[in-house]
Amino acid sequence: MEAFSNLLEQLYYTAGTKAKAQLIADYIANTPDPDRGWAIAAMAGTLRFDFFKRNTVKKLITEHTDPALFAMSYDYVGEVSETVAHLWPHSEPTDSLPSLTEVVETFASVSKQKVSDTLAHYLTIMTPSQRWALLKLGTRGLRIGVSARSIKQILADYGNKDIKDIETLWHAVTPPYVDMLSWLEGKADKPDIENAVTFHPVMLSHPIEDSDIDAFTKDTWQIENKYDGIRVQLVVKSNTTFDDRHNNNRAPDEDQPEKALFSRTGDDISHSFPDLLETINGNMVLDGELLVIHNVEDRYDSTEGSAKTSANNEKTLIDKSGSQVSLATQPDVDTFNALQQRLNKKKPSKALQSSAPVGLIVYDALELDGKDLTDKTLKERREQLNKWFNENTSPRLFLSETLTATSSQSLRKLHAQVCQNRAVEGLMIKRLDSKYIPGRPKGKWFKWKRDPLVVDAVMMYAQRGHGKRSSFYSDYTFGAWEDNQLLPIGKAYSGFTDEELKKLDNWVRRNAVGRFGPVREVKKELVLEVAFDAAHPSSRHKSGVALRFPRIHRIRWDKPADEADTLANVKALIEQ
Amino acid sequence: MHPSTWLKADDTGLYCEPGEFYIDPMNEVATALVTHGHADHARAGHNSVYASSETLAIMQTRYGEDMAIHQHAVTLGKTIEFNDVKVTFYPAGHILGSTQILIEYAGYRVVVSGDYKRRHDPTCPPFEVVPCDVLITEATFGLPVFKHPPIEHEIEKLLHSLRVFPERCHLVGAYALGKCQRVILALREAGYTKPIYLHGAQLKLCESYKQLGIDLGELIPVSEVADKKTLTGEIVIAPPSALADRWSRSLPNVRPVVASGWMQIRARAKQKNAELPLIISDHCDWPELLQTIEEVNPKEVWVTHGREDALMYQAEKMGFKARALSLVGYDEEEQGGD
Repeated sequence: MEAFSNLLEQLYYTAGTKAKAQLIADYIANTPDPDRGWAIAAMAGTLRFDFFKRNTVKKLITEHTDPALFAMSYDYVGEVSETVAHLWPHSEPTDSLPSLTEVVETFASVSKQKVSDTLAHYLTIMTPSQRWALLKLGTRGLRIGVSARSIKQILADYGNKDIKDIETLWHAVTPPYVDMLSWLEGKADKPDIENAVTFHPVMLSHPIEDSDIDAFTKDTWQIENKYDGIRVQLVVKSNTTFDDRHNNNRAPDEDQPEKALFSRTGDDISHSFPDLLETINGNMVLDGELLVIHNVEDRYDSTEGSAKTSANNEKTLIDKSGSQVSLATQPDVDTFNALQQRLNKKKPSKALQSSAPVGLIVYDALELDGKDLTDKTLKERREQLNKWFNENTSPRLFLSETLTATSSQSLRKLHAQVCQNRAVEGLMIKRLDSKYIPGRPKGKWFKWKRDPLVVDAVMMYAQRGHGKRSSFYSDYTFGAWEDNQLLPIGKAYSGFTDEELKKLDNWVRRNAVGRFGPVREVKKELVLEVAFDAAHPSSRHKSGVALRFPRIHRIRWDKPADEADTLANVKALIEQ
Repeated sequence: MHPSTWLKADDTGLYCEPGEFYIDPMNEVATALVTHGHADHARAGHNSVYASSETLAIMQTRYGEDMAIHQHAVTLGKTIEFNDVKVTFYPAGHILGSTQILIEYAGYRVVVSGDYKRRHDPTCPPFEVVPCDVLITEATFGLPVFKHPPIEHEIEKLLHSLRVFPERCHLVGAYALGKCQRVILALREAGYTKPIYLHGAQLKLCESYKQLGIDLGELIPVSEVADKKTLTGEIVIAPPSALADRWSRSLPNVRPVVASGWMQIRARAKQKNAELPLIISDHCDWPELLQTIEEVNPKEVWVTHGREDALMYQAEKMGFKARALSLVGYDEEEQGGD
């Protein structure tokens, strides 16, 4: 634990990716298994469980110190772990701290009732910086300024391998990565992961620039709607045999399911969407947008043509004219707001599943019928995908429609046109010759979002930020006018530069008129131009409106507060 | 008469009506009593200034010989009178020349502590506990998370870093008045005898300290070093703002070090781009604030600049009456010596 805590301490204060990578590489080279593997997992964010909940920590500290003093300290420090690390009132330093592995295993096996006592014991024998390391580790809140991708690069360099090898392996191996590390050190073969249902790192896009639009030429790009759902990856291996899946060298783990739905960052979100998964069969990895789609079932019900049953019990739909429906039927897509009620639900009710059914608009395939397509161009992948949709039918899978533009001018026109549709967020523009490259390669994929909506609102309250912004008043609640009264319509904590943050912080300090715990009320004098993606009706807010992803667009130092927007102006922007 | 009726904070500072004087005023006034030389307490342009001789010397160094028309050096512990008001200065242990001020009027004793600390500081006599009815205390580090480690411990961190990174120039950001000299003296006490290099902003005040009899060892202005590469492995002290400044680019392979009480909070150290944060403070930490309130044992505690909420809460918990006293000029956390 000392070595790990020292590493974090050094990483925290070291600037520069290179220097940080050097520190991590030294640590990996000089730390035995399995400690180093757990440290890698902690840094790359692949630990499978919280050692203890944030609430356990909060409860523990309020039992051992004055809750009011804790609250005031936390407000100032801006981070629970550090506040607790300094405030913990007992100290019995020891020369023999447990190893990182011992800590991991203790929390993995300890009974629920004993978690709090175990944590208290560790806090007592540790120094403030070791406590901080433990608390960050245990709540999986470690932020060391090194991305998971950088960790993979460090591992690749350490083993003299290509990062692509690590990427493909990554989601199929588990901490403490003993097999992978011995492969990197040339002491073992590469772990075999062929049939595992695992997440494959996704390819991401860049925001489009004016110059990219000007450079647009016909036949080089694939254009699609940018849907306003969540990006997911559907991995299905339900055609592989039992033996295929069990005769590999993967770490002994719980039985792997045959299919899974992953978020863009690789979180397994399958449990939230049984309605989608139960209709899927095959051997593929699809990249697409998850949305609430109302006509998923209609595709069966409204079809008067016969539904014939194929050998593997899949229904193929034939409409009246005899052609397959899956391509012809347009998905009846709902807004992001509708999808939101389905997110983070561990067990969605039947009622919810039928009032907000989900489907997938597929735009790419990393694997089809067991064949890896990532080395093919988008053009080829799309052809394969078209072919697959022609030969297979799945009621909840839709193929993403491609759009056409012949010049940059017609592309601009197309963008304006699609943005009329509130379920669409803009356009995706992808090079037809691009291979599927995990990460965010330059010049391959672009997103062109709709212009944000903006209102002029008045700052009402401010609160201190966290982490890097600890002690700065960086979270602002703003409101719109109704008669002579301001009603809060949202809260924003981004969109400004560090320079602007200093000015805003200073303004808040000079114009504070009241205090509610950590919240400062300010003079109703500063107008903030707030940008947001959408406005929704809301019964939870007194103003009756909720904004999606509000951020500070401009600070209107010049504008008198009484000229800010009215609540009626804001409500007029609610999507129909 | 209760002090709240005759001792009030206004836009200029803390004003004593019957004595017709301000304490640490931010604007030019007729009569100013100044606790110490930091810029958020001592300003130029008053008609009459009363302060310790060291504080007057510091003010002259900063603002010129004519920083006030009448300059009165007070003797610590000796009472002087302003109308019916008796005033006595006592040592505060904050920086060279720093004082607290006892005001006696209408049967009440009020102590304005100014900035103070309870740790050993070779540049000034220790804080004196002055019994009173009302203690006006600062609360710069008025949260229980602040527990300043011993300065020897922090200096050892710096010396250790010099051994591990002999190829790097250790640039220490330290406030020019008080902190800079305290760091130098602590290095000397730890046996560091090499020359210490200074940014131009630190020179005049170090010179004043020397004239007031404090031996800081060999100090060399960075501007007099012809080949800056020779500063590899040396200690350079500069104002904190110079760390991010173009000035520091002339130094070889800089390791940014910041000496301040704020360095205890990671995010604050990060905001200052400190690779090596040293927790060195010229203010009380939380346990020292509580110790002081207990020892002074006043009837009331008035809490000024800093994190006053927590200290008021704790003082009341300890059975003292507490209130906040909002003074101008003090809210900006990092202006004064920290």
